[in-house]
Amino acid sequence: MNEILWITGGRIIDPANKRDETGDLYSVDGVLVEQLDDTQKKAATKIDANGLVVAPGLVDIHVHFRDPGQTHKEDIASGSRSAAAGGFTTVVCMPNTSPVCDNAGTIQRIMDKVARESIINIYPTGCLTIGMDGEQLAPTGQLKKAGVVAVTDDGKCVQSNEIMRRAVEYAKMLDLPIMDHCQDASLTQGAVMNEGEWSLRLGLRGWPKAAEDIIVARNVILAELTGAHIHMQHVSSANSVDILRRAIARGISVSGEASPHHIEFTDADLKDYNTVYKMNPPLRTDADKEALIEGLCDGTLACIATDHAPHSPDEKDREFDTAPFGIIGLENSLASSLGTLYHSGRLSLSEVIALMTHKGAELCKLDAGTLSAGADADICLFDPDEEWTVDPKQFFSKSRNCPWEGQTLKGKVKSTFVAGTQVYDGTSISA
Amino acid sequence: MSQSLAWNRKDLIDVEHLSRDEIETIFTAATAFKRAMEADDKKQPYLEGRTVVNLFLEPSTRTRLAFEVAASRLSADTITVTGGASSLTKGETLRDTARNMEALKADMIIMRHSASGAPNYLSKVVDIPVINGGDGSHAHPTQALLDSFTLLEKFGSLEGKRITILGDILFSRVARSNIWCLQKLGAEVTIAGPSTLVPKEFEALGVHVCHDLQEALEDADAVMLLRIQHERQTATHFPSIGEYTSTFGLNKQRAKWLKLGAIIMHPGPINRGVEIDSELADSEQSVVLQQVTNGIVVRMAVLHLCYCAHNGKSIELP
Repeated sequence: MNEILWITGGRIIDPANKRDETGDLYSVDGVLVEQLDDTQKKAATKIDANGLVVAPGLVDIHVHFRDPGQTHKEDIASGSRSAAAGGFTTVVCMPNTSPVCDNAGTIQRIMDKVARESIINIYPTGCLTIGMDGEQLAPTGQLKKAGVVAVTDDGKCVQSNEIMRRAVEYAKMLDLPIMDHCQDASLTQGAVMNEGEWSLRLGLRGWPKAAEDIIVARNVILAELTGAHIHMQHVSSANSVDILRRAIARGISVSGEASPHHIEFTDADLKDYNTVYKMNPPLRTDADKEALIEGLCDGTLACIATDHAPHSPDEKDREFDTAPFGIIGLENSLASSLGTLYHSGRLSLSEVIALMTHKGAELCKLDAGTLSAGADADICLFDPDEEWTVDPKQFFSKSRNCPWEGQTLKGKVKSTFVAGTQVYDGTSISA
Repeated sequence: MSQSLAWNRKDLIDVEHLSRDEIETIFTAATAFKRAMEADDKKQPYLEGRTVVNLFLEPSTRTRLAFEVAASRLSADTITVTGGASSLTKGETLRDTARNMEALKADMIIMRHSASGAPNYLSKVVDIPVINGGDGSHAHPTQALLDSFTLLEKFGSLEGKRITILGDILFSRVARSNIWCLQKLGAEVTIAGPSTLVPKEFEALGVHVCHDLQEALEDADAVMLLRIQHERQTATHFPSIGEYTSTFGLNKQRAKWLKLGAIIMHPGPINRGVEIDSELADSEQSVVLQQVTNGIVVRMAVLHLCYCAHNGKSIELP
């Protein structure tokens, strides 16, 4: 391979290197370089990025690609294309597939399929416990050898404090990040939405914030006890943000992520029983939303992650109680996050990009999310001001469960490169 | 008789979104039907040749019967489908079940469902009127309307009247609909019962939340009792039926706390000896059976109004 890429005249924003300047970006054979010589410049494919932001390829450490087992909702190929269209070049897949990723064989199967079918970098995670039943530790060492970058029972939460403590200790020994879906199941039996005024109005079973807060607090205590780092997935409540903020101030090694939907929507959006707003954890109140945004602004929450959770239209088209939890978000994550955080004046462009690139990558120890010379030329070009209207029917994802449907968002991905190869050109997948 | 009445809704899903004018329109029609019924002019022609489907996917006796009687009194043919007898038990979706009924040329669907929001969903799936016969813990609009209709018969107006709803509010669709209906008609509403079943967040709906029975009953013009719904509660919401009865059960002695002339209401079915003493349930203070009778005429009114609105017909009343 001798491919040379020359992206000219864009606003290069590389938060990991504190770089924000108009200039040129180069890559040779899929790797970023500081300069091209005259011969290379003559041979280069030149991309005019005038008026565009040139950012590292986006990184999402929390997606569900349903492969293996539920490929009618999404699979490695469609998920990777959906990600590419959203500007993502690296994603981390959750292990609640069918079968779940609690053994090296399933991980190997995923890795093989990724190698064959993915157009971006996809990393699997492994389960914390066998069958995600929360009772017996999964073979974490074997999972790591097979290629997982973190362990989690996402979709479920280990209820036993003893099992969680041992899982955390064991994963720390292996230097594997631990991520947790924080949910005390005893408080959420039959619950389908946030407990509060709207659940009372709608007569839907309420899901108290305490169900999350208790586990976040538990995990803080276990992180302190074991010295391991625990990452809290899709934080949704103000109290959880507060618990994390205090823990981090005390030097305890914990972190959290926020999803684009939890910082945009609230439980009031469920007023018409639209199942597209049914998600786990549920949408909370305005005060919680504001606390999450504040948490992203002051660094308490380390990154943005979509929790991209595809479901088929038939599964969502039913009574609210019986519809599955989850929404998709990869193809609008950048625009919706820009709207909530940048266009609203809360954060700079560079700060938003940091939340969607190197910060998540660092949590999972991934070599991604920067434009450093020597790094893979994973690049996202976008226009932060271009408006577009969300039409999930046009998405590359197989699923359509997107609550942003019909919204006009600001921020359009114009091009995505993975290792110097263009995989998305702003309209179609080009890989 | 042709009247200019405020009604242009295809469906009746809840009371929350009804205006006071719309509620009063229902009462105007119900009053006309009741007058005719008392004059032994029971059968009205307004739904002649029409088919009304009672899609009752959750157990019900009095609501289902009241709707069947109401539809029949309007001269409609009625078909009743219950949960166990429907293809939903074979995995058919609610959408498909409803669309099939529409294809069978049903003119209206009355639905009871255990899932809150199911009638909202159904009303978007089919083009014919959908009447909510009770959904999960969300709404039971015709029950609330007949309750207020009964109260209006007694008091003439609900402005400033103090109504206490006592019991399992958290899981009660009757309570939710009554809270909206009573307040829209000017009443002051207190909700009372154990803190686990009467969370203070209900204050956001404009009601007074109370966990002291005496305080809840004193100066009340009416008390609405709710059934303790074993099937909806987890075991954690109160210690035992005996504990509930000893703390919140209504007996003759406690009924003396009520305002003189206050009435006792219950949507049924009554757990005698649990939320209310049997003797009190059958006393002159109780209007339980008037509620049942009024349930027919209120439902006749609702069926008639929704049918007329949907089919662009002017509203004729007896």
